[in-house]
Amino acid sequence: MFCEKAVELIRELHRMSDGQLPAFNEDSIRQVLEEMKALYEQNQIPGVLLELIPTIKFRHCCLLRNQRCITAYLYDRLLRIRALRWEYGSVLPTTIRFHMCAEELEWFNQYKKSLATYMRSLGGEEGLDITQDMKPPKSLYIEVRCLKDHGEFEIDDGTVILLKKNSQHFLPRWKCEQLIRQGVLEHVIS
Amino acid sequence: MADRLSDAGDLSEEEEEEEEEEEDVLTPAELIARLEEAWLNEKFSPELLENKSELVECVMEQLMHMEENLQRVRKGDLKASVHRMEIDRIRFVLSSYLRSRLQKIEKFFPHVLEKEKSRADGDPSFLSPEEFAFAKEYLANTEVYLKAVALRHMPPNLQSIDMLKAVPEPCLDSFVFLRVKERQENILVEPETDEQREYVVDLEEGSQHLMRYRTIAPLVASGAVQLI
Repeated sequence: MFCEKAVELIRELHRMSDGQLPAFNEDSIRQVLEEMKALYEQNQIPGVLLELIPTIKFRHCCLLRNQRCITAYLYDRLLRIRALRWEYGSVLPTTIRFHMCAEELEWFNQYKKSLATYMRSLGGEEGLDITQDMKPPKSLYIEVRCLKDHGEFEIDDGTVILLKKNSQHFLPRWKCEQLIRQGVLEHVIS
Repeated sequence: MADRLSDAGDLSEEEEEEEEEEEDVLTPAELIARLEEAWLNEKFSPELLENKSELVECVMEQLMHMEENLQRVRKGDLKASVHRMEIDRIRFVLSSYLRSRLQKIEKFFPHVLEKEKSRADGDPSFLSPEEFAFAKEYLANTEVYLKAVALRHMPPNLQSIDMLKAVPEPCLDSFVFLRVKERQENILVEPETDEQREYVVDLEEGSQHLMRYRTIAPLVASGAVQLI
């Protein structure tokens, strides 16, 4: 049956409802595009008989459905990739990058740039990084545990803290947010 | 919140005199209250609301003043911690507000751009110039991507997509909670079922309601109701 491959692409994404990005399914896309080419060429055969018109319409519907499924698949992936910028920051983990095709990486880079330009334009000189402050601030200082060696870390009043693996510190929240998201520190909720 | 902000007013006393010389004479408390209203409205509204760049700029300025003042306060003073929290809270509200807007711009990008292009000169703008640039870049980026990966490999008559049809529009019929700030009379409510007929309600000041966004959209824009 026509359009089966296209629907399979949609199902693949539907199965990963938590926003994960599966590997780019180049094979399936190529197959759907080939099917579209075949359908189109069949429709081009000259000498149209009145009896064939329903067939031609049917093939056209399949073509539209394939186009719609492919674009939906690609667009949904873009939305997941967009979410990655907000979760992981500007640098994506290599495991995720392997799941993206070259054009998706290009889209991601362009998106990063647009976002950075926009954030820099906010307010005064340096702009505002709106990818920070994702949660309402609950307390001024938080207990954090260091997950990896990160070296020295200076806080506002000048004291320097040595972030060694497994050390625990009581630090200002706003200083730690970035490091928590990068996975260097872990918020300890006792 | 008002108490602590009057303390913040203490810290920014010097700056307040300068601010009074400018056009809009809002106390810091009023400014933050306006920010919170805009934030809640934007959060709960299904569509992108009017752009409030001036408000954003004023809040950023306020934050800068507060940061500068904080540098001058003696370290370890309890007041400093409270003010630090205040700065963080305001920054969170501002960031959250801008994030809401950006998310809606990305979600409805062809419609947002279309609305902005077709508005008359006198009408208020929905996008700041920077947001407009961002939206245009987003559209271009996405179109280039789709063409490169799939569309150019498709048959000649299928190589383009109408973004306005492909991307869904905001659902203006979704229900929203609201509180009435200014009394409204004769609001027309559409029937929900076939048996009902349309009817008219008066919205009393201070009352809270659950209605379809479409019915009260203009009241949100004018500030007569607050989404909650």
